[in-house]
Amino acid sequence: MPAALGAAPVRVSFGIAALDPRTRLLGAFAGVLAVALLSSLWVLAAAALGTFALALAAGPGTAALMRRLVHLEGFMLVLLALLPFTVPGTPLFGAPPFVASAEGFARAVQILLKVNACGFLVFALLGGLEPVRIGAAALALKAPERLVQLFLLVVRYGGVLRAEAARLQEAMRARAFAPRASLTWSLHTWRTYGHMLGMVLVRALERAERVSEAMRCRGFSGRLPASAERPALGAADLAFALLLAAAILAAFAAEHLA
Amino acid sequence: MAHIPDGVLSVPVLAGGAVLAVAGIGYGLRRIGEEEIPKVAILACGFFAVSLVAIPVGPSSVHLLLSGLMGLMIGPAVFPAVFVGLVLQALLFGFGGLTTLGVNTVNIALPGLLCGLLLSPLLRGASPARAGAVGALAGAACVALTGGLVAAALALSASEFVPSARIVLLTYVPLAVGEAFVTGFAVAFLARVRPEAIAGFAPKVAVPAPVPPAVAVAGERP
Repeated sequence: MPAALGAAPVRVSFGIAALDPRTRLLGAFAGVLAVALLSSLWVLAAAALGTFALALAAGPGTAALMRRLVHLEGFMLVLLALLPFTVPGTPLFGAPPFVASAEGFARAVQILLKVNACGFLVFALLGGLEPVRIGAAALALKAPERLVQLFLLVVRYGGVLRAEAARLQEAMRARAFAPRASLTWSLHTWRTYGHMLGMVLVRALERAERVSEAMRCRGFSGRLPASAERPALGAADLAFALLLAAAILAAFAAEHLA
Repeated sequence: MAHIPDGVLSVPVLAGGAVLAVAGIGYGLRRIGEEEIPKVAILACGFFAVSLVAIPVGPSSVHLLLSGLMGLMIGPAVFPAVFVGLVLQALLFGFGGLTTLGVNTVNIALPGLLCGLLLSPLLRGASPARAGAVGALAGAACVALTGGLVAAALALSASEFVPSARIVLLTYVPLAVGEAFVTGFAVAFLARVRPEAIAGFAPKVAVPAPVPPAVAVAGERP
């Protein structure tokens, strides 16, 4: 269960955990934007290594980091595999019309480094942050209140609705439903999933009515009380901001010198 | 499926996506009444939960986008709902990215919003069969549009992405098929079981929210 909105956050005296969620949120955006603007392979390799070290040292755990690493979407694989062949340049191997170029390889490596550096940075800075605190930080950073309310409710009810869908799937299995892809069974499979989707949505609507009534009953009038974290930024936040700014400046300087 | 990570797209494409997403989210937030927030949030949770289920289509399986059905059920709120879902996926699972939040939101939510605006009037008083056909059309059209937008985001970023963008577009074909059938059956189901759920979002929004003036926030008119 997520922590109560108004509860004082546990303060740890060192490391990423000592930083204010606002600092972590803004730092992640600044860092990712900076990486997106870099292009030199050496600078990007350094950035990827640095953010990897940061993720290992400060992220919420090595096992979670490894799970992040193996995740690459299908179209990213297509993109990376095709780039060596679609960028014209010095041929490396292959026969026309399929010639892999050195420039294409460089481009693929560049994108791979960028994607990973950004992933490590987000993991290190935001991976261990509870969504409830992210919502509070976003509110403190002047995000629209309704958007934050939506975010917090989705955080709260995401797991509930996943369990609802899992219960329905279990009931389907208990009635001997097995998804099948053959021509004769596809229609049955899709109809069954369509009905499941409809049922999940009906239950979501009914739950929303109950939740809405319960919120009104407790005096909700469009605002969440004390939902923004108020503590002032500390010395750790200043130190982190300076370090990050120095790292970003160094990366851009190295890129211009190279 | 449509989660472009950080570090792939060019800065103009990222900026364009962010501007469009901010406009869409602002429009959506203004159109949802304060009393509709729980409905939008919990329905969005339902959509996200079902999109995790692998649906078999021919030899492969797909994860549904459900933006077409979202557009039909929550209309303008589809932009904020998709944005919130993408933020959570980026933070919790590392799908997508931070700089691409805008582009990814537009790619998924804009087709949903268009479907909602154009197709939901056809659902008013429709028979379950006709509602199902409209739902199937919404599902297929939204997936096709999302595929087109993802491909366009890649192709506009760098000319060497164009061949990959074409292949990306092809991978959306099985998704469009699965999405059309499942969404169609779901809408037909809702037309039988809960017709008011797909009766359109416009009349509900028109009702002024009962906010007591003492707590109404400046600039927060529904």
